[in-house]
Amino acid sequence: MQTQVLIIGGGATGTGLARDLALRGVDCVLVEKQDINAGASGGNHGLLHSGARYIGSDLAAARECREEGERIKRLAPHCVEDTGGLFVAVAGDDEAYIADFAARCEQCGIAVKAVDLKDAREMEPELSRDLIAAYAVPDASVDPFKLSLDNLADAQARGTRVLRNTHITAFEKSGTRIQRVQVQNRRTGAQFSIVAEQIVNATGAWAGHVAAMAGADIRVLCSQGSLIITQNRLSHRVINRLRQASDADILVPAGTVSIFGTTSVRLDDPDTSRPTVAEIDAMLPDGIAMVPKLAETRFIRAYAGVRPLVQSTPTSDDRSVSRGFALIDHTKEGIDNFITITGGKLTTYRLMAEKTANRVCERLGVTAACETRTAPLPATASGKWTEPGLTPRLWFQQKDKSDLLLCECEMVPTSVVNAITANIQAEGGRPSLRELGQRSRVGKGPCQGAFCSLRLTAHLYNEGCLSADQGLEELRDFLNERWRGVHPLLWGQAVAQAELQEALHCGLYGLELVEA
Amino acid sequence: MQTPTDEKHCQLMVIGAGMAGMAATLFAVKQGLQVAQAGLTGEVIYASGVFDLLGVYPPEKRQVREDPWRALAELAQAEPNHPYARLAPQEIAHAMDLLTEYLGEIGLPYTGHPTKNTRLLTSVGTAKPTFRLPISMAAGSEALAQKAPCLLVDLVGLRGFSARQMASTLAHQWPDLRTATVEAPGPVVHGPKYPEHVARTLEVEAERDAFAAAIAPHIADARYVGLPAVLGIYKTPEIVAQLEERLKVRIFEIPTMPPAITGLRLKEAFESHLPTMGVDAYYHYRVLSVHPASSGGFRLEIGKNDTEQVVHADTVVLATGRFLGKGLIPERDGIHEALLDLPVHQPRHRDRWYAGAFLAPEGHAVSRAGLEVDDQFRPVTADGRVVNDRLFAVGSILAHQDWMRTKSGVGIAVASAWKAVQAICAA
Ligand SMILES: Cc1cc2nc3c(=O)[nH]c(=O)nc-3n(C[C@H](O)[C@H](O)[C@H](O)COP(=O)(O)OP(=O)(O)OC[C@H]3O[C@@H](n4cnc5c(N)ncnc54)[C@H](O)[C@@H]3O)c2cc1C
Ligand SMILES: Cc1cc2nc3c(=O)[nH]c(=O)nc-3n(C[C@H](O)[C@H](O)[C@H](O)COP(=O)(O)OP(=O)(O)OC[C@H]3O[C@@H](n4cnc5c(N)ncnc54)[C@H](O)[C@@H]3O)c2cc1C
Repeated sequence: MQTQVLIIGGGATGTGLARDLALRGVDCVLVEKQDINAGASGGNHGLLHSGARYIGSDLAAARECREEGERIKRLAPHCVEDTGGLFVAVAGDDEAYIADFAARCEQCGIAVKAVDLKDAREMEPELSRDLIAAYAVPDASVDPFKLSLDNLADAQARGTRVLRNTHITAFEKSGTRIQRVQVQNRRTGAQFSIVAEQIVNATGAWAGHVAAMAGADIRVLCSQGSLIITQNRLSHRVINRLRQASDADILVPAGTVSIFGTTSVRLDDPDTSRPTVAEIDAMLPDGIAMVPKLAETRFIRAYAGVRPLVQSTPTSDDRSVSRGFALIDHTKEGIDNFITITGGKLTTYRLMAEKTANRVCERLGVTAACETRTAPLPATASGKWTEPGLTPRLWFQQKDKSDLLLCECEMVPTSVVNAITANIQAEGGRPSLRELGQRSRVGKGPCQGAFCSLRLTAHLYNEGCLSADQGLEELRDFLNERWRGVHPLLWGQAVAQAELQEALHCGLYGLELVEA
Repeated sequence: MQTPTDEKHCQLMVIGAGMAGMAATLFAVKQGLQVAQAGLTGEVIYASGVFDLLGVYPPEKRQVREDPWRALAELAQAEPNHPYARLAPQEIAHAMDLLTEYLGEIGLPYTGHPTKNTRLLTSVGTAKPTFRLPISMAAGSEALAQKAPCLLVDLVGLRGFSARQMASTLAHQWPDLRTATVEAPGPVVHGPKYPEHVARTLEVEAERDAFAAAIAPHIADARYVGLPAVLGIYKTPEIVAQLEERLKVRIFEIPTMPPAITGLRLKEAFESHLPTMGVDAYYHYRVLSVHPASSGGFRLEIGKNDTEQVVHADTVVLATGRFLGKGLIPERDGIHEALLDLPVHQPRHRDRWYAGAFLAPEGHAVSRAGLEVDDQFRPVTADGRVVNDRLFAVGSILAHQDWMRTKSGVGIAVASAWKAVQAICAA
């Protein structure tokens, strides 16, 4: 396989870069070792930052967020819910930080407005009675899945080729150039090579690992952050703790749910990331101080993402390392056609992509200018089913009773599942329960997939998408995957739900006895 | 229900209406005790309708056992605290027989090999080891054992049940499986079909012929026909016989995912027959509190939210189940017993409750949490003292067992219930 640019990594950065380059007429291949947004882009808070969170630590990053946040709201409104945000402090929080907050926001051009405490509680009834300060800022909520899937769809429409479930196994160098990149499909085991003029390493927390394979040395620390999803939406706006950025201080609404987080736990290997009981237990008291309802609300799932922290010297506090991005040109290490782009934020993905594309085009001698600055991001079908509340709405409107619901909790009907499987097949993939879960709300409701996994598997067989005993492996994989997100949150009513799931899938079906 | 001030007396109060509670009640009335019983019944807690004894042991080795009695002997050796280790094999066998004989008498006949486990075909295509199964499922196990030519049928609109899924999954070991999809019995209406609705339709004799006619063209050389478990609620044996007669094949049912009819059949049978034997039944009511009385015995308050009935009982059997049944309450700081705050054997901290993988073969530590008991199934404290002479605990609430991984749910429930009732009668 041959191309101008090989992009490694299918997160927000890689997919954004694919679109940026495609718009400039550059031919690209994107390889992703799992699925789109399998990394931090699928494991983040979904907060479209106004920048206010970074005014205490990194003014440049705050300004970047402000600019890019505004741009995404304008160019990709279908991916954003423009909720607005509040920064609130409770009794005991650092008074000096509160006193400087508004001025520092203004310094970065962030529209900030002091809010009367009584008004704040009227705007957000779940806020603590112990508020001592509140400010409104233009934070918003963004759907990272839609964003990446739409970027990729636009790039594909312009010729970009995408290889999912495919990872890099080796770089073959000759002199100062990487001649060939060996890759392998992790499902089929098939190996092949890609010849590219330029190679971009957009693998987020894995960037150090991939760079090392190419013989380049960059220091990337991995910091895991865990998040928990509540059963119901607890606020209209994004709610931030008004204090120096720390753990457990943000609550972001996302459709019909809210997401609370996060933590920072050092990891050696990003592949071992998973939310733990200890993180959840450590995080809750802080959240309860800000939004007391978190003490009694039902949580439906936890998940974790890994931040890459690029640094030159070791440091003990992961939050003091710049959240700004790193664009690393590896010529110093003697590789002329290899670039690493990592770090940054979801909010600044486009800027990261633009800067990277500029560098790549310079090397390729392509003079076309960046278009993603001004060109709206087209909404496509592939991204739309992840939106909470959308499929129920459509299903009720359509009133077709024979369009059976396969996921009853989130009301995902057969027609939507068929649309998604057709899409995956068109991309050359085989639809799996896990992918259906990533591209829709399937398995995200209170049953945690115990029932819908069975309805989906039966349906996939009937549609000819599964054969032989693939369904058993599908069920095992899906249930184990869901479990990662559920098991740290198992107390109270959720334990009974887990027991029902185990009674059914182990007690009756004996899925644990199936040889993997 | 009577006036709030009403008070009654009984010899035995059984708290719980799952399999353990039902078995304890049955055994006690048969022994002539005056019994009251309370608890929620529901198709979910009786689920598949098959009765496991011990199908897998040891679970971490994923060993499926053909001979449950040999497995039991190994278990009793290795795990002296396991509820089964407190019973002799003959006692366990006797308890199972008593239960299935009774169900046969009230129109829900069970079958199975005298000493061996039977393999039951499930809707995901696995073959579950079980001990006793409704006779409507028996032919399926026969067909599976012989790999006989067989047609699997699914119904339009019945989700989570695909003949094609079962046939594909089993194809490597059972090539002679064919599939067909037919309309569910009754008038053709679009939308989802539920087992209960279909089953009620088939209670009507005239509907069965039409259903048979829909299946007939697909049979070819099949000697067995497998259907989702929807063949009636009260007249299943009759419906099976009628379809077999029309189609000239053996018919069998395959359990479906919840909400399943197999559980509903048990619920209906117990609920309508136990009260006729003199049980003072409070189904759909809960015991709100239990207090040991100073004069001996217990005072129990029964109701939905407020107390509607007070019962004084000489003896109490606690058969309140685990987390799903609500006998055990899992709080973030630990697991508590719901009614009497009895000591609960459990892992030291919540982070040890569950294994990292849902399907980890060894199972989850939390599943072995529960009440510790003596040889008569009386709850004991951590240092082994009996909490109350007249208080017994049976069923899944017991510690040191994991019925889900060892496939022993109903077996443990029924055996422990029998032993407790023996102890009560002996006293
Ligand atoms: C807990 C948490 C919360 C966050 N919250 C926010 C927020 O609220 N707002 C915000 O703006 N930002 C947030 N961020 C930051 C944001 O998520 C990331 O900056 C962004 O998603 C990074 O995208 P990426 O594409 O660079 O990396 P990733 O999304 O990690 O993508 C890297 C991809 O490379 C793939 N890959 C790895 N190795 C290979 C290989 N060998 N071959 C092929 N593919 C490979 C991986 O599978 C992965 O899909 C958060 C991050 C975390 C961890
Ligand atoms: C999905 C599923 C599939 C299963 N499959 C099988 C199988 O294939 N084979 C098998 O052998 N077993 C199976 N079982 C297990 C079996 O059905 C029983 O769960 C098991 O036998 C234990 O029953 P139990 O009576 O101890 O508890 P439960 O069935 O949990 O019953 C507890 C009872 O106590 C009542 N209760 C609780 N608190 C109170 C109170 N305060 N006052 C009054 N009543 C109270 C509840 O309402 C309920 O009636 C399955 C169970 C489930 C859920």
